[in-house]
Amino acid sequence: MSAPAPTRPDRAEGVPTNADAAPALHRSTDSAWATLRRGLALSPEFAHGLLLTLFLALVATAGRIVVPVAVQQVIDNGLVAEGGPDIGFVARAVTVCAVLVLLTGICSYFMNARLYRATEFGLATLRRKAFRHVHDLSVLTQNSERKGALVSRVTGDVDQISAFMQRGGVLLIVSVGQLIVATVLMSVYAWQLALLTWVCFLPLLFGVRWLQKLLSKAYLAVRERTGDMLGVIGETVMGAAVIRAHGTETRTARRVDETVLATRTAQVRAQRLSMAVSPFAEFIAALAYASIVVAGVLLGIAGELTAGELVAFLFVITLFITPMIMATEIFNEAQNAIAGWRRVLGVLDTVPDIADPGPRGRELPRGPVSVRFDQVSYAYPSGPLVLDDVDLEIRPGRRVAVVGETGSGKTTFVKLLTRLMDPAKGAVLLDDVDLREVAFSSLRARVVMVPQEGFLFDSTLGENIRFARPEATDTELVEAITEMGLGEWLTGLAHGLATPVGQRGESLSAGERQLVALVRAYVADPDLLVLDEATSAVDPATEVRIQRALERLTSGRTSVAIAHRLSTAEAADEVLVFDAGRVVQRGSHAELVVRPGVYADLHASWVTSSA
Amino acid sequence: MDSRVLAEGLRVLWVAIRAEPWIFALAVGGAALHAGVAVASATVLGRVTEDVILPAFAQGETTTGALVAAASLLLAVGVLKGLGLAARRLYAGLMQFRMQARYRQAVARKYLDLPLSWHQRHPTGQLLSNANADVEAAWGPLAPLPMAVGSVFMLVIAAAAMLLTDSVLALVGFVVFPALAVANVVFQRKVTPVDTRAQMLRARVSEVAHESFDGALVVKSLGREDTETERFTAAAHRLRDAQIRVGRMRAMFDPVMDSLPNLGVLAVLLIGAIRIESGAVSSGDLVQIAYLFTLLALPVRSLGWLLGDMPRSVVGWRRVSAVLGAQGRTEHGRTPLDGEGGLRVELDEVGFSYVDAYQENGNATRDLSVQSPEGIEAEPRTTVLSDVHLTLASGRTIALVGPTGAGKSTLTTLLMRLVDPDSGTVRFNGTDVRELAPGEIARTAALVPQSAFVFEDTVRDNVTLGGDIDDALVWEALRLARADSFVAALPEGLDTRLGERGTSLSGGQRQRLALARALVRRPRLLILDDATSAVDPQVEAQILGGLRDIELSATVVVVAYRRATIELADEVVYLEQGTVHDRGTHAELLERSPGYHALVTAYENAAEQRVADAATEQEVTR
Repeated sequence: MSAPAPTRPDRAEGVPTNADAAPALHRSTDSAWATLRRGLALSPEFAHGLLLTLFLALVATAGRIVVPVAVQQVIDNGLVAEGGPDIGFVARAVTVCAVLVLLTGICSYFMNARLYRATEFGLATLRRKAFRHVHDLSVLTQNSERKGALVSRVTGDVDQISAFMQRGGVLLIVSVGQLIVATVLMSVYAWQLALLTWVCFLPLLFGVRWLQKLLSKAYLAVRERTGDMLGVIGETVMGAAVIRAHGTETRTARRVDETVLATRTAQVRAQRLSMAVSPFAEFIAALAYASIVVAGVLLGIAGELTAGELVAFLFVITLFITPMIMATEIFNEAQNAIAGWRRVLGVLDTVPDIADPGPRGRELPRGPVSVRFDQVSYAYPSGPLVLDDVDLEIRPGRRVAVVGETGSGKTTFVKLLTRLMDPAKGAVLLDDVDLREVAFSSLRARVVMVPQEGFLFDSTLGENIRFARPEATDTELVEAITEMGLGEWLTGLAHGLATPVGQRGESLSAGERQLVALVRAYVADPDLLVLDEATSAVDPATEVRIQRALERLTSGRTSVAIAHRLSTAEAADEVLVFDAGRVVQRGSHAELVVRPGVYADLHASWVTSSA
Repeated sequence: MDSRVLAEGLRVLWVAIRAEPWIFALAVGGAALHAGVAVASATVLGRVTEDVILPAFAQGETTTGALVAAASLLLAVGVLKGLGLAARRLYAGLMQFRMQARYRQAVARKYLDLPLSWHQRHPTGQLLSNANADVEAAWGPLAPLPMAVGSVFMLVIAAAAMLLTDSVLALVGFVVFPALAVANVVFQRKVTPVDTRAQMLRARVSEVAHESFDGALVVKSLGREDTETERFTAAAHRLRDAQIRVGRMRAMFDPVMDSLPNLGVLAVLLIGAIRIESGAVSSGDLVQIAYLFTLLALPVRSLGWLLGDMPRSVVGWRRVSAVLGAQGRTEHGRTPLDGEGGLRVELDEVGFSYVDAYQENGNATRDLSVQSPEGIEAEPRTTVLSDVHLTLASGRTIALVGPTGAGKSTLTTLLMRLVDPDSGTVRFNGTDVRELAPGEIARTAALVPQSAFVFEDTVRDNVTLGGDIDDALVWEALRLARADSFVAALPEGLDTRLGERGTSLSGGQRQRLALARALVRRPRLLILDDATSAVDPQVEAQILGGLRDIELSATVVVVAYRRATIELADEVVYLEQGTVHDRGTHAELLERSPGYHALVTAYENAAEQRVADAATEQEVTR
């Protein structure tokens, strides 16, 4: 098979083209630090009142040394005072400290409450921005990703950021603060002991960093195994009929066992790594205690330390343990958050290859529209030409059917016509205006496409039709349905416009979904209607309704339909026959059917299959 | 949390303990060691303060022996504590993961065991979450369980240690720790409903995004990006506000949990000073009790975690139990199905009805409420097939034709014994299908449904389904199903992985793959339930022509809408409202059955209608 050599696209000055741009989502290669900075900047709400929140965090952290200091003061100045314990001093010290504990508690409350508020506001903004941007991307880019992956950009990925902003990030700040405060306090008592404590704990900190790398790999394995497992378990439910029909229960059960056990193994491995830090932290803490008692006593004998200070030291060491245990979790959450931000930024950094021309966009006047393809070629990124130098004109008000084998270029033709894609070469013009110069608002109002699958939202029939024109009243909707000759169908529905259609419209039959899509297009009232006819067979009663509705919908407008049925081609004013990216025949059904060629062949196979 | 939930939650835990007694014992042993040593460490610290630190500072000298003793005691405490901690966490995790794995296997096996009719009554999403989220929730409390048990142990010995040291100082503990426990319970009770709501709203955000992105083409072609963004933003804001409420509660709870033990330590210092003055306690005792307070704060929280996980655990357990307790499995006989060639199929007085969930514009939706077979009997039923008598002669091709809801698809599932009829019998070569040995039907008959199911596996495995079938035969089947060219074009041919994490196929390609899956088994009964509906008419004609051309010594049943498909059949069975209305050749039925005539000529009717409309329109314009 010899495909025509792809030609380099000619770029018209100032007109954006997309053909040599990869349609996939942008993959950010920013460093972790840059990602973090850009991520934070995306939601200005994060910074809202941040100074006060940080100040409160500082106070709350400082509050953690109140008790160790109290212990030291009470022992040194209260208990070992000459002439027995100085109860007055102890009472004063305890009262002051109790007030401080309460104050820091209150600070901690406000700090956390403010943080939750600021981060949640910021995350909601992030979700909104990413969501909007996904819709702004071209169909080509949208289809280059799994739908689930796009959904993750506004759900799971953002949740990972939130876990860090509300937990890991806070723990990080508190932990660092705690280590600093503890170190300062220790140094005030005895710098030698502070140094000794760090010498004990520092190796642990490096170990934790290393462990965390292993751990993130282990968590990835858990996620992958879990995904496999859920896939196979899903098959036992969704493939219930096939499994029974082919008697593959044993094989499926074996696959379930394999993936369940593989998941368990991965979980146990990850858990073994994640719990390893705590026991080590305990050993290190014990080592620190022992060395400090020995060194502290020796320093005390040398007169450089009081007994209270040494005991307080032992309390302060506990402040070292939690940050160490939490460190793996903090690193892990930070890594997840940065990965989350990177993915969200990947969406936002993807420049929509089909963009609104902006303020210089032109409005199309209303009325039947003419279509012109001016030497249009198109190739998918790094693919062969699928449309090769198509040059044609469709007069206003004509009803055109597009036919051709799979891969002949008819779908590409329709996508270019609705500006779901831009041509690599040449131009598509409506009423002699290049589509790339038409304002989106005007384009979407005048050109409406009805895709093959009539996609419906999980709402009522009425709401789904209203999707085309939100301000339409119920009466107008009923009128539209009646005008399309579907009044009797509507009255046959138990709840009329209020009939729930179910998820993706699945409570309706495929044919009924198609009907709703047609009514929706009718309510949108476009001047150019583009249809991709559904291939799946529907029951004859619905088929009659669809034909009738199509009839009403196309009358008085320019319409272009990809025809999968003979009747559609027969009914058209004109048929465009595509083959290998070119329009090879053009004319009415009656003219073409008698001429030997692609159309006559197609027609012959249609006749054997449907008449 | 009401006591009923607590009781049930404990019963669920007991199930796990009985299932994994040794692992549980090791986990709790570790927890007890950790708890015991932790309390002991306070005593050690107190002794070290009293006997080593204070004398040394007072006298200005110390002995090496005292220092070594103090250091080794402290080190020993650390090592034991670490070991206990490691054992506790390791085995707690192991127990949780083992129970999850065990119940996932059990649930999936049950799904494979239960009859298709059961599956049809339960929504897919619910069954998936039973096997995943519900199993996970049921065993959620196993993670904090050993720590909680250890904590109770720790609290008891800590109380004893405090009482032994000084009953007055111990009183402070008896105030602080119950207060901590109460704060935990109050917090859990308050936060649970708010948190549940936030989870629900989170799922809602995801649903809106999923739906909106699924319908991206419609959104784009109607220019509704703004309204969709508004709809999503509204959902995101509801989640945000719920999360802020949860956050505010957490923000309140954390400082309370931090401050209570701290205030306890301060109280111990003050009261301790008074007790020292009266000579009742020593400074070491005081340090020991103060230290115990800082130690106990975290373990008390683990009780809160355990209680917090329990309501979810109970709900998860109930759902999982409902699946595992579901009644009904297909009983088989022992008769083998011998011989070769197309099966002779007889249906004798066959009737079938299903539970009537609710009827919405003629489309029955799946039943969501019914869980038990007793419940099913009480529900109103809709008759799908009644008194069907039918003989399909060996090797013939029979088209099943009828309007929507006539019972065509139900009939095909009865033929495969995916469901059993309420009355009457289905016989293969004279043997009641219920008498056949397990696997016999799957071995000899193949059904290709309208919605083709693709396994997340390679193309080859999707065709062979794990059977030991030569690649040449696989290609042969693919060629017959007109799937060979697109499979050959896949990056790795037969080894290409399909599904979520692999290549995705179009509807027509999936149907052709499913057809190949049936053909490769050389079935003696081939049932096509509108199996080529998403295939281009031209390709469909090729496929069906190909089936006719090869010597497929099978009885073929085709559910068909398209006239060309019907015309390929030797015989047509016309169904209407669940009964066989007429049978004969296409030409005969066209002649004598008005319903059949109306149905198969509906396409032409539609075309004529359109021509008539056009004519009227022209007259009007003229």
